Amino acid sequence: MSKAQIMNGNELVSEAAIAAGCRFYAGYPITPSSEIPEHLSKRMPEVGGVFVQFEDEIASCMAAVGASYAGYKSMTASSGPGISLKQEAIGLACMMELPLVVVNVMRGGPSTGLPTRVSQADLMQARWGTHGDHMIIAVAPETLLETYTETIRAFNMAEKYRTPVYILTDAVLAHLNGRVELPDPSTLEIIDRTQPSVPPEEYNPYDVERFGEVPPLPNKENFHDYRFHMTGLNKDKTGFPTVNKEAVEADEERMITKITGNIKDIESFEYYKMDDAQLVIFAYGTNAAAARVAVDEAREAGIKAGMFRPITVWPFPEKQVAEIGKNFDKMIVSEINLGQMLYEVERATKGNIEISTVLQAAGVPIRPQQILDKMKEVL
Amino acid sequence: MATDYSKYLRMEKLPLYWCPGCGNGTILKAMITAIDELGWQNDDIMMVSGIGCSSRATGYVDFHTIHTLHGRAVPVATAIKMCHPDMHVIVFSGDGDSTAIGGNHFIHACRRNIDLTVIIVDNWIYGMTGGQYSPLTPTGTKASTMPRGNIDPNFDIAELAKGAGATFVARSSVADPMILKNYIKKGLSHKGMSVIDALSNCHIQWGRRNKYGDPVKLVDLIKERTVTKAKAAKMSEEELKGKYVTGILYEDTAKKEYTQAYKELVEKAQNE
Repeated sequence: MSKAQIMNGNELVSEAAIAAGCRFYAGYPITPSSEIPEHLSKRMPEVGGVFVQFEDEIASCMAAVGASYAGYKSMTASSGPGISLKQEAIGLACMMELPLVVVNVMRGGPSTGLPTRVSQADLMQARWGTHGDHMIIAVAPETLLETYTETIRAFNMAEKYRTPVYILTDAVLAHLNGRVELPDPSTLEIIDRTQPSVPPEEYNPYDVERFGEVPPLPNKENFHDYRFHMTGLNKDKTGFPTVNKEAVEADEERMITKITGNIKDIESFEYYKMDDAQLVIFAYGTNAAAARVAVDEAREAGIKAGMFRPITVWPFPEKQVAEIGKNFDKMIVSEINLGQMLYEVERATKGNIEISTVLQAAGVPIRPQQILDKMKEVL
Repeated sequence: MATDYSKYLRMEKLPLYWCPGCGNGTILKAMITAIDELGWQNDDIMMVSGIGCSSRATGYVDFHTIHTLHGRAVPVATAIKMCHPDMHVIVFSGDGDSTAIGGNHFIHACRRNIDLTVIIVDNWIYGMTGGQYSPLTPTGTKASTMPRGNIDPNFDIAELAKGAGATFVARSSVADPMILKNYIKKGLSHKGMSVIDALSNCHIQWGRRNKYGDPVKLVDLIKERTVTKAKAAKMSEEELKGKYVTGILYEDTAKKEYTQAYKELVEKAQNE
């Protein structure tokens, strides 16, 4: 049994990363994510890992990509402007198919925005921030404990699917100190990248015909013996550049389907008091905590409200939201931005449900009362 | 004994895609010969590149290789060296890649004195994208984005590296391939950040715009523009204008290397 501790979201991301096997962190100071590098600068050397504060955000993310190539589980974290700067490197991890965990402690924007204040305005950036067709996995924890468990899941998915995974927290979760009982480390499921079982001369980093849709990738122990090439150019199974139409097309599609085709394993969501609901709230991340209170208070007032909460926000829970659209009459989409996942909800529900919104981009959390007032208005 | 290049090259990837007469091949050969003389094993060598003509070199050598983003080879190399301090980590980069878009990473790696060997193929131009001017395009010469002649002053890569904290700095050129090989060999053996400014000929993108479209003529020009450190010491500032001083320009074995400093930090943390 682990004993309860008082920790904040940034510390929990850091400790979970270590528990997940992360041994390389590269970062650059930025509010409100700075406690992550502060914590890891102390902890990484203790566990024999690498911590480097780089000269900028670009270098940090590139270093994390380089460490992943070299067999290490790696992470970088930032906020707002810093995440914008990391986008090109995140695309490189997509193309090279390297595991990478990127923490975005969301703050107000665009630009410098509100450095110390909360937002959920980077959802679409997480999905489409880097250029080119690509798929991304992103998780958005609601609570402190979930910040810990979702960080571990983020590393597991990054390793399993050889892909970048975002952890989307925010300024509230980052700095919220609370009592958390961490899971016993022995109970955690930790997934490591599959190791090549073939001799080094037969190994190719993208040989899907031989190894399946997510080929093995040498870890730090095997890195020395397996020599291979990687590039940001479109590549063939050997890792060398190609412009062959069929090879490029197959590779581009596989980089997406290796994620969408395993959606059952990647998706995560919660139905809260939905069974008999007249009205569904769509909320995620810390804003779901406000929506949860609103649902509870509504029920006390005789309003049968429920909540659908995606935890894996990307890929979007298409099927579940489409079902909600068919089976319920009214929905309120609430997010701490001016409407981003709203577009996805509208697309998935295809006009089958009446959608209202509680949106706010003011640097402060949405209060349960705002959602409650909207419920009363629409019913 | 002659070097068996097939031990170090991915022979199936040949011929090189570079233009006939390009200096990249000369510099790559110098590097491979230096490695051969050191007796290093392919498994122990990591070569990192960014984007540009010279950066395609990682595709040809049978080491651990990664062809990264424009300007970003150095942070990737830094990370790999931190993860595997026993490996020999080499960055092969162009002048634009390393001193323009990658300039910040370059100076900070120098400052840390991490044990990388950065070989800069300094051909005065962005070749791959079509001859745009770089921070090393000689002032007054033409480029596709300086059709009336370059108004930008240049970096002195050696002074930049030295000032930023690198502990081995040398300059030679494709006109002196044996000397270049010797400097690369010394740089590879040096424990700390070593920078080799390898002056090279891009007769296609720089040369054709500046009446040096013939590679031999351009290599001769490079020869004419370079002066050894010993000779330079006897020359006036006026005489040195437009010249490139060659030689081992700076060497410091006392400054602590970065992976060593980190190793000591880990020991300290674990003994607290």
